[in-house]
Amino acid sequence: MDTQNISGSNEGAVVDPAKRSMLLAALYVAQEQTGYLTGDAVHQVAKRLGLTDSEVYSTASFYTLFRMKPVGRHVIQVCEGLSCYLNDGAERVVEYVGAKLGIRPGETTSDGMFTLETVQCLASCGTAPAMRVNDRLYENLSPASIDDILERLMGEV
Amino acid sequence: MAQHQPVLLANVNRPDSEKIATYLRYGGYDALRKALKMPPETIIAEVKASGLRGRGGAGFPTGVKWDFMPKDAPVKYLAVNTDEGEPGTFKDRLIVERDPHSILEGVIISAYAIGAHRAFVYIRGEFFLGVKRWIKAISDAYQHGFLGRDILGSGFDLDVSVHRGAGAYICGEETAMLESLEGKRGVPRAKPPYPAQKGMWNKPTLVQNVETLANIPHIILRGAKWHSDIGTEKSKGLKIFCVSGHVNRPGNYELPLGTRLKEIIYEHAGGVRMGRGIKAIIPGGASTPIISAEMVSTPMAFETLQAAGTALGTGAVIVMDETTDMVEVVRRITRFFVHESCGNCLPCRVGGKRMLEHLEKLAAGTGSKQDIEDLEYLAGGIRGRTFCPMGTGMVEPVLSALRLFRDEFVKRV
Ligand SMILES: Cc1cc2nc3c(=O)[nH]c(=O)nc-3n(C[C@H](O)[C@H](O)[C@H](O)COP(=O)(O)O)c2cc1C
Ligand code: FES
Repeated sequence: MDTQNISGSNEGAVVDPAKRSMLLAALYVAQEQTGYLTGDAVHQVAKRLGLTDSEVYSTASFYTLFRMKPVGRHVIQVCEGLSCYLNDGAERVVEYVGAKLGIRPGETTSDGMFTLETVQCLASCGTAPAMRVNDRLYENLSPASIDDILERLMGEV
Repeated sequence: MAQHQPVLLANVNRPDSEKIATYLRYGGYDALRKALKMPPETIIAEVKASGLRGRGGAGFPTGVKWDFMPKDAPVKYLAVNTDEGEPGTFKDRLIVERDPHSILEGVIISAYAIGAHRAFVYIRGEFFLGVKRWIKAISDAYQHGFLGRDILGSGFDLDVSVHRGAGAYICGEETAMLESLEGKRGVPRAKPPYPAQKGMWNKPTLVQNVETLANIPHIILRGAKWHSDIGTEKSKGLKIFCVSGHVNRPGNYELPLGTRLKEIIYEHAGGVRMGRGIKAIIPGGASTPIISAEMVSTPMAFETLQAAGTALGTGAVIVMDETTDMVEVVRRITRFFVHESCGNCLPCRVGGKRMLEHLEKLAAGTGSKQDIEDLEYLAGGIRGRTFCPMGTGMVEPVLSALRLFRDEFVKRV
């Protein structure tokens, strides 16, 4: 793979474009343990890929799945898209989950177990309402199914 | 109701549909065997003659795009768009999760036709199961000799890798996707140069949607004429329509292009819930103009929807019944686009935010007539003045709703 000078990089540093293309994958690995990107993790990624810390920050901050702040062990992302709204989901699900956990969107429970977030459309509009918990998608949500999901997660050690 | 044998979705409901053994049992990779014995130019001619147009939203003729790929360039790439994020759309996720080999077979044939030896699969970060299915499908294809060196003894080599996005709708736009594949912020590039000239790492790159690619094996096996016999004059073949909203049976329906909206809604999707009437329909995903119930006889095809003032987009039909609050619908869609603006150009970034402020006020009942006028003025100003087509997508719902349902906005002030 030929290397080339990538504009915007530090002081004309030579960046290997093939290496750079690994950045998103590297960031996923870097935040797997902690759930978010620590300063140290960013620095390690930058060093490995021959980038500056600020280049890594700048790229990571563009993407919502990379987090700069700590999150709970389980991240709940409720879809607030149009089709979920038309199916009595969206805010209604946010309120239901929020009331059960005692948090609002953007917040984490005091025991560090759950973070509640809202997202736009999870490509599950035909099986709305939908939400994601960590890497799993839950469709056709009802109060009963939400109860089940949360109880199972609370019981997990 | 007209009966149609599913083609693109024939496999998805079979048990273990995602496995290579299932795919092979029903004739999988036969098209690849056939294609590898055809000269690449013949394949391109066949795809051109089929009339296939891109299923990712823009509807560009696929064979023509293949022909744009420079024949003499030593290094070329194929990029597979699995970023599906247009609100209302949920077809690509279905194919990736349940029938990844149908796409992969299309990928290999397309790469062979354009002379690419490397393909990049870009997949939306949220599609965790899809990522797993893509990776498994690719590794099984290597094991069976459908990927790697000298594929099926043809002398053709191809490597495919999977790359996860990380939560950014704009990365579905082809040039933003290339930036993201290169490990950068997903900001769209200026066009021209088009990806076919300068794409991934500045090399000629063919970008294709997942549903488009899944059509390729069928066109190779059944022939261009089979495909061009289905559909309308300018919209050929079968299309997966994603139906959601206030219908009794939401879901993916594979039907010929040109099927009337009312047939899709009333016959396939089971009609409107509680027997209510329709107020509005979004025919092609959140960025296509909203239409009223009067348009339900419109055939779902590129040219007919364009004539009706809207667009086929991704074929995502969102049905809203007579009780729907259109101010809230528009506020919600606008909030999506504002959230997803990459922030690089002013009309989209700032104009979008201003539009949302007016919509929030109107939806909350604290707006005035001036808010409606400002909203319309802003939307008109953003249209056509943004760096990439997302800005236009952002204002279409606003402008169409103000045209069709203005009284609902007026009642709120
Ligand atoms: C804002 C925006 C978002 C897009 N998102 C997607 C997407 O998620 N998936 C997709 O296939 N095409 C998407 N497109 C269209 C692509 O730019 C491109 O036209 C398409 O991938 C080409 O493939 P096709 O010809 O097979 O449709 C998007 C376009 C825009 C402007
Ligand atoms: S609107 Fe919720 S999944 Fe599409």
